[in-house]
Amino acid sequence: MFNRILVPVDLEHVAKIEKALKTAAEFAKRHNAPVCYVAVSGRVPNRVAPSPEEFEVQLNMFAREQADKHGIETECKAVYSVDVAVELDDKLLEAIDAVGADLVVMASHIPGVADRLHLISSNAAYVVKHSSVSIFVVR
Amino acid sequence: MSDAIKEAQDAISDIEDLYDTDYQIGQDNIEKWGFDMHAPVFPTSAALILLFVVGSLLFPEESKLGLEATRNWIQEVFDWMFLSAGNFFVLFCLVLIVLPAGKIRLGGEDAKPDFSVMSWFAMLFAAGMGIGLMFWSVAEPVGYFTEWFGTPLDTPGFTDEARTAALGATMYHWGLHPWAIYGVVALSLAFFSFNKGLPLTIRSTFYPLLGDRVWGWPGHVIDTIAVLATIFGLATSLGLGAQQAASGFSFLFDVDGGLQTQVIVIIGVTAVALVSVIRGIDGGVKLLSNLNMIFALLLLLFVIVAGSLGGFFSNLGRTVAGYIEYILPLSNPVGRQDDTFYHSWTIFFWAWWISWSPFVGMFIARVSRGRTIRQFLTAVLIVPVVFTSIWMSAFGGSGLDQAAEGIGELAGGIGDSTLALFQMLSHLPLTAITSFLAICLVLVFFVTSSDSGSLVIDSITSGGKTNAPVTQRIFWATAQGVIAAVLLMVGGSAALQALQAGAVSMGLPFTLILIAMCISLSRGLYHERRLLHYNNVLQQ
Repeated sequence: MFNRILVPVDLEHVAKIEKALKTAAEFAKRHNAPVCYVAVSGRVPNRVAPSPEEFEVQLNMFAREQADKHGIETECKAVYSVDVAVELDDKLLEAIDAVGADLVVMASHIPGVADRLHLISSNAAYVVKHSSVSIFVVR
Repeated sequence: MSDAIKEAQDAISDIEDLYDTDYQIGQDNIEKWGFDMHAPVFPTSAALILLFVVGSLLFPEESKLGLEATRNWIQEVFDWMFLSAGNFFVLFCLVLIVLPAGKIRLGGEDAKPDFSVMSWFAMLFAAGMGIGLMFWSVAEPVGYFTEWFGTPLDTPGFTDEARTAALGATMYHWGLHPWAIYGVVALSLAFFSFNKGLPLTIRSTFYPLLGDRVWGWPGHVIDTIAVLATIFGLATSLGLGAQQAASGFSFLFDVDGGLQTQVIVIIGVTAVALVSVIRGIDGGVKLLSNLNMIFALLLLLFVIVAGSLGGFFSNLGRTVAGYIEYILPLSNPVGRQDDTFYHSWTIFFWAWWISWSPFVGMFIARVSRGRTIRQFLTAVLIVPVVFTSIWMSAFGGSGLDQAAEGIGELAGGIGDSTLALFQMLSHLPLTAITSFLAICLVLVFFVTSSDSGSLVIDSITSGGKTNAPVTQRIFWATAQGVIAAVLLMVGGSAALQALQAGAVSMGLPFTLILIAMCISLSRGLYHERRLLHYNNVLQQ
């Protein structure tokens, strides 16, 4: 039913998306589909890596670890942005097209006071609203 | 052969060890309420900002007296230091353009620029100089010519020589020196961040000198001073700028230029800045900077053509000749007799540029990845000087022509310096359109400053992270507007001027910080050259 699964990852907060990673792996096994981990990053040094080259090394390593851990086929794609905080949502939408994914499994925070006050927005909500593929939101 | 390889490998690992820090970007951060804050820097900055604002509101006159006295004292006592440091920064940048180190590319050999050359230039101007060029390009040269407030080297006004001196001195203040100051900060930040992988925050530039101590108190202090200088510089220039814009409105449209209009201007600018901040660099500040550049070029072309083409070229010759003739005598700190000009103009400008350098430098750094050092410094030094010469010759030149020929208000000298631009435009055709365009340009330059400033403060207060939540930028952009409006409403101009004097006083510690940055950068570039050399050896 699904041919390629995309999982947006934030290598800075891997612990927070553990459940989404597991869910994605289960889908991957059931449908025999590869999982592509997409990470959006700036080229300015960040917590994950001091340079884009190193960032890609980290992301590749992450994808390989997931493959070993869950016994699935994995790929990865690093996407760069000059302003991650703002462009993340649109970069994810572009990546969904570029990768040719037909299912996105993504983690999302549980809405709280900050959401009600519109202080923070939800990346998952944006992707659900603007993408044509199936989205599985994990909380 | 294998000895050479071994030697190269050892040298490379020695150099890499020098920059090998265990510090992780964001490790001192607290993530709460949609914020991602560096632990001491964010709260300390916020508390000090509150303290200074409340202080200047409770005691506007006293704080104005105190802070202005501090600023004046700094400018009187350390005048030689500001001037010499400025000269040093220009030489430092010019030497780097020529040295082989100029070949080093920011972000590594394969890095590609994030922005097109035009957008890049547009953003360089929009961050730090746009508003100033609008307001001062007419007022400053005309002021010198009409002996408004001191003249360069005490050259007598209203003479042919005074015109050349006026254009030359204005170019001196807006030419190589300010851009070299910005260039030093921007290049240091860009190099240590993009080539050495250190966080994009002011303290990182000291890593070669202080080592891991920069992540502790010395770094906290440097970053906090940078935040204070930036936010007070931006908020007070927004507040005082709102007064200028309001007086422009009342001159043009016959509306009341009082407090109400001023506060509306602040709210309007802040609101547009918020939209721009939320749209990010590409959709916000880059778009507005490009738009502004197009309109500024149209206005420039209009002033050149509508004034007189012959007059423009004669003024351009005068500007260039004046700049060359006066740059050395005006850069000389010894035995100066022109006290008013020297202290109230040159040294004030130098302290001002230096206190703005963390903000403008950091923003320039952020958008300059992928350029070589030679391209970078040429673009930051030479191109702005060429552009500013043309701009000054058109605007300042037209103003001077009017003043010399006895046309309009400028002939009577500078009454209100903020109106000089509009007075000049009013004696050219299509005044209504051009003045409106001018005021829009001023307002949009305020927006781009506020936006890029928020971006910079956000990065410093989150320990060099550039992907902190947008909430944080919204907070800083709003803070600028609120500080400006509250100061204006409660404390009036006195409170604004007090804090502005405080911000300019930060120029003193930052002069020392910038000199240290040059040393640190020289070491960094030396290491980078050796690294490239040994890497070449290994490849062969």
